[in-house]
Amino acid sequence: MKEFLTNKFILAGIALSLVIAGVFSFYASSQPDGLEKVAETKGFLDTAKDPINSGSPLADYSVSGVDSERVSVGASGVIGVLATLVVAGIIFRLLAKKNSKED
Amino acid sequence: MHIPDGFINLPVSLIFIALSALGVLACLKGARAQLDDKTAPLAGLVTVFIFAVQMINFPVAAGTSGHLLGGVLAAVLVGPYAATLSITIVLILQALLFADGGLTAVGLNLFNLSLVGVWGGYAIFLLARRFLPKKKSSIPIACLVAAFIQVPLAASGFVLQYAIGAESTIPVATVATAMISTHILIGIGEALITALTVSAVLASRSDLVFGWRQIAPQLKIGAKS
Repeated sequence: MKEFLTNKFILAGIALSLVIAGVFSFYASSQPDGLEKVAETKGFLDTAKDPINSGSPLADYSVSGVDSERVSVGASGVIGVLATLVVAGIIFRLLAKKNSKED
Repeated sequence: MHIPDGFINLPVSLIFIALSALGVLACLKGARAQLDDKTAPLAGLVTVFIFAVQMINFPVAAGTSGHLLGGVLAAVLVGPYAATLSITIVLILQALLFADGGLTAVGLNLFNLSLVGVWGGYAIFLLARRFLPKKKSSIPIACLVAAFIQVPLAASGFVLQYAIGAESTIPVATVATAMISTHILIGIGEALITALTVSAVLASRSDLVFGWRQIAPQLKIGAKS
């Protein structure tokens, strides 16, 4: 799994993901998504329950306590990318062990 | 298209947690047989990239947005077993960390996006690829078709869940028509992002693309590629 650090392609992809989640995410459309819109117009949006963890510090892609929306969304995106990297890195590394040459 | 808690009743939500768990377990086994130290880093990257791109909601029609589902993108890049795991990781982290998609609804979302989206989309990709010339340039075209169909396909997974477990009394037919037509529009965005991303990887590291590697001519040592 040294490739994660030595492979330029992988590093470039991670950098791009950080920029997308950390910077571009601020410009995303804030309109309801397809399912939410259908639920709203057809009249079943009111059956939705607030998530149990709606009070969590990163709920709804914003960092609680940060006033600037740009910083809040961007920081939550960066945290999400890093968390995904760690979890996916560990899982796929373990799965690849069987077919990998021992270091 | 992340289902919140409450749309679908608890018993049906729990059944789908069990169904999805079985599917994901089977994919863990399949991925373990396929992945090696060359392909695993790409599977990790694809997971991270899909998380990032899912943050970018793009406008579709009148006051509606959509975002990438990523099933076909992941399946073409790393194979359907690893793709299911990628989307599963993204959905579980989104629900746990960002309260995006309900915790009891996680099985519903996994079923639609990481199983129906990935495997249904990948089946369409294979079908499209069969009818196209065995050329590198055919891969993004097959991606366009498969990614486009994947979105209304995943939406019909929700319609099925709604039909058997809706808390609301709004008729299934009304919901089905609205869900499918809205998600056909979102499918256009899905198709463009998927084809562009796969094209970019094909241009830089075509050896990494699972959906091309299987039919790519074997490279001979010393031969020009």
